[in-house]
Order: sequence, then structure tokens, then C-alpha cells
Amino acid sequence: MTLLLEPFHYAFMQRAFVAALAVGLLCSTMGTYVVLRKLSFIGDGIAHASFAGIVIAYLRGANFYIGAGIVAVLTAVGIGFVHRRGRISLDTTIGVLFTGMFALGVFLMSQQRSYAVDLQSFLFGDILAVQPQDLWLILGLSVVVAVTVAVLFRGLLYTTFDPVVAQASGINSPAYEYALLVMLALTIVVALQAVGIVLVAALLVTPAAAAYQLTSRFSPMMLLAALFGAASTEGGLYLSYYVRASSGATIVLLATLLFFLAIGLKHLRRA
Amino acid sequence: MVARDLDVRYDDFTALVGATFAVHYGEALGIVGPNGSGKSTLLKTIAGLLLPSSGELSVLGQPPRKLAPGTIAYVPQVEAVDWSFPATVWDVVAMGRFARMHFWQRFDSSDRDVVHHALSVVSMAELAGRQISNLSGGQQQRAFVARALAQEPRLLLLDEPTTGVDAATEEALRKIVRELVADGLPVLMATHDLDRVDDWFDRLLVLDRRVLALGTPREVVESGAYSAIREHTHTHGHLRHDHEPHAAHAAHPEMRA
Repeated sequence: MTLLLEPFHYAFMQRAFVAALAVGLLCSTMGTYVVLRKLSFIGDGIAHASFAGIVIAYLRGANFYIGAGIVAVLTAVGIGFVHRRGRISLDTTIGVLFTGMFALGVFLMSQQRSYAVDLQSFLFGDILAVQPQDLWLILGLSVVVAVTVAVLFRGLLYTTFDPVVAQASGINSPAYEYALLVMLALTIVVALQAVGIVLVAALLVTPAAAAYQLTSRFSPMMLLAALFGAASTEGGLYLSYYVRASSGATIVLLATLLFFLAIGLKHLRRA
Repeated sequence: MVARDLDVRYDDFTALVGATFAVHYGEALGIVGPNGSGKSTLLKTIAGLLLPSSGELSVLGQPPRKLAPGTIAYVPQVEAVDWSFPATVWDVVAMGRFARMHFWQRFDSSDRDVVHHALSVVSMAELAGRQISNLSGGQQQRAFVARALAQEPRLLLLDEPTTGVDAATEEALRKIVRELVADGLPVLMATHDLDRVDDWFDRLLVLDRRVLALGTPREVVESGAYSAIREHTHTHGHLRHDHEPHAAHAAHPEMRA
């Protein structure tokens, strides 16, 4: 018993579990929109682009959340703008923007070798390094995003299913799209420390995709996605303590396992 | 609804030129024309989805984007959405209520009554709980019409609702349109189906990027514009203007309605 509870004895582990819970709930809730609006590539793009923001914040001695946050929101809004106005296709835009921004981050980092170790943790995530002030920021942003989703719930649902008819009926579909992209950017920034840039897209897509296999209505899908997300982050973090593996990788592997179980369950039900 | 000298352009391509017409209360106006003639463009402009590049457009005395939410209901072709979306028929029809609701308002019993009534008008009440991925083409179209009715609009726009539906659904839709019109609702409907236009519509607008004819179905037939359209719709699918090269359409796949 003491062995099973051992992870919870350390303050840094307690912080990690709280942060993991918030990140799991947040990513998978937003993931419901990401999956249904087919935005998974955007999530990946924003996460990579924000790397440049993190590096610039480091070099200037500023808070990396602020650096990542500004770049992530600008990238999200920029992608949304090009999507609406541009003549270039969306995936091309994201492809250009995110590789360019990521390269800028790597370029700046490579000039400052002493910072390389810290930045490494942002690529692959280190939830065990969450500090008390990080935790407050994570919880604060989680509340902001959760309240916004609750307030905009009907409009987000309608514009996700049918943005054109929603707009004809008087709902401002572009405004909802921008609001969603900004929330997505904030979510990604919050998730960066937990699972890292490389794996954040998985947490945005996999739990919601698993829930999509098992539900036929929107709200149950969102709730089940949140459950899968929280189970993946909490379970993954707990397991990683015993198997002495990277917490980010363990979390994503658990989420992936849940996804394949969901597919299996769906086929069992049909049979 | 009044349009005066309406032009709609996409970039350097003019989809609609100098359209002038009006739709009155309790009238079904059919818009006929070949593919690429601007039928969908016209409906989208009236719905406020596109802005006219010049000319005047007013619905109930206002430009479409200035209207109170819920005023205009637009029914697109059913391919416009992903039917694997996790929703039941009820969920989709209930969305018709959303434009009028503030976030703090609950979806109350009066909203449920409106949704239920809309479902019964299109004979879909028993299918309310069905997942939308399990609907036939005709049922999808009925669900879309029910969503538009749940909105309690003051102008109804239908984009080729009879495309790909069975004869029973087509007749059901025609009856619904006639009943709505009898209740005073103005209805604008684009169609490529030129049979039975006098059973569907009070007046016809023949469109090929400009208004070629406007009047009762009989007047339009007598004007000759209608038979020209009919001929071309059946042979080439498009009318050509020598001064507007056909290639322009190919460059704008959106325009092939």
C-alpha cells in the first residue's frame, strides 16, 4: 500500500498530478472540437510555432508561458485569417508557418547552448518540473477556457456542425472560429509543459477520437473525451513513476491504448 | 425582399449581374437556370453569406447582415455537412433555435414544442432519436427543412432541395412549401428540376448570371427564355455568352452549383 501511494508523498508529484488532471481535461475537451472540425494539423502547427516564442522568452528572461502564449495566439489568428481570406490552402499555410517558426526557435536556441537542457524539456515535456506558479497559471487558464466553452457552447456546436447555415441564421461563424482558435492556442500553451510540443497534438486528438468511436451525440462525446483525457494523463503519470519512463511518452501511449480499445469496443458492439 | 441592380463578384469573376426583382409575402419564387448560372450565389447573397459588390439588397427593409438573428433560414444542399457528426435528428433540428437564444437561456419547453412541431411538419417525429449518419438522402433533406422551420424564419431560402431525393419526399416538400406560402411566408427556391414548376411556384425567375425572365410560370414559358434554358439544361448543362468565356466557370469550381 505504501508502495502504491509512494508517488503522492512528494510535493512535486502532487503538483504534477493536479497539473496533469487539468491538462488532460482541457486538451480532450478542446479536442472534441479539434476532431469534429478537423483541426488536428492546426494544433500541431500552433504547438510547433510556439517553440519560437518559448526560446525568445528564455533569451529575454521573460516567462516562457507569456512567450509561448503570444506566439501561439498570433499563429492561431494568423492561420484563421489566411484560411478565410487567402488563396493558399489551409494545410499549406500551416505547413509553411509552423516549420518556419519552429526553425526560428531552433536557430535561436542553437546560438545559446547553455539553455539547451531546459528547452529540451519543452520539446518532450516534463510535468515533474511544474512549479507552484506554473500550477496556478495552468489552473487559471483552465478555468478561463472552461467558462468560455460553457458560454459559447451552443454557437460552437452549431458552427462546428454547419458554419454556413449558422451564419445565415445570424450567428457570427467567423467570430466563433477565431474564439475557438484562441482557446486552442491557450490550451496548447498550458499543455506544453506537461507533454511537450511533440506530443501535444496527440493529447488534443486521441482522447476525443476514442470518444467519437463510442458516442452518437455531442455532449456525451465531450464528457467521454474528458474522461479519457484525464485517465490518460493521471494514469500515464502514475505508471511513469514505476516504469521510470518519460511521463509525456507514457501519457500518450496510454491515450493511444485507450483509442484502440475504443475501436475494439465499437466493433464488438456492432458484431 | 427587394434586390435592385445587384452584382456579385468573386475576385475578378462576376457571378451575378444587375439582378433586379422582389419577393412578396406569401409567395413562392422559383429560381431556374443551368449549372453555374448563379442560383446558389443569389441565395447565399440574400442569406448574408456573400456581400453584393454593387446594387441594393434589402430583406424586410434591412440589409441581410443587419437583420435580427433567426430572420432568414437557409437550407443548403445536404452534401454541405458531414453527416457522421455525433448528433441525432432532434439535435440538428434543435440547432434552428440557437440563433435566437442567449447563452444564459435554457432550452425550455416552448423551444421543445417548436422543434417537435417542425419535426411533425416534415413527418420526421418518429425519427427524432435517430443518429443522423443513419438517414437516407430524403430524410437528411427533411431534417434540414425542419431545422429551418424551427428557426421560425420570416424568409425561407431553399437550394435545390429536390436533388437526390425520392419522389415521395419531393411531393412532401412541395406540399410543405405550399402550406408555408399559404401561411404568408415568402419562399425562394433554386431548382434545376423544370417539371411541374407551376405546381411549385407562384412566379419563376430565369437566371443565367443575369435575370433573363421573371413572371408567372405561364408568362415565362411564353417569353421563350424558359425554353432556351430548358434546351440548354438538357443538352449542355450551361448557357454560353459569347462575351463571357466558358473557361471562367472552370476556374471557379464554387460556381458550379
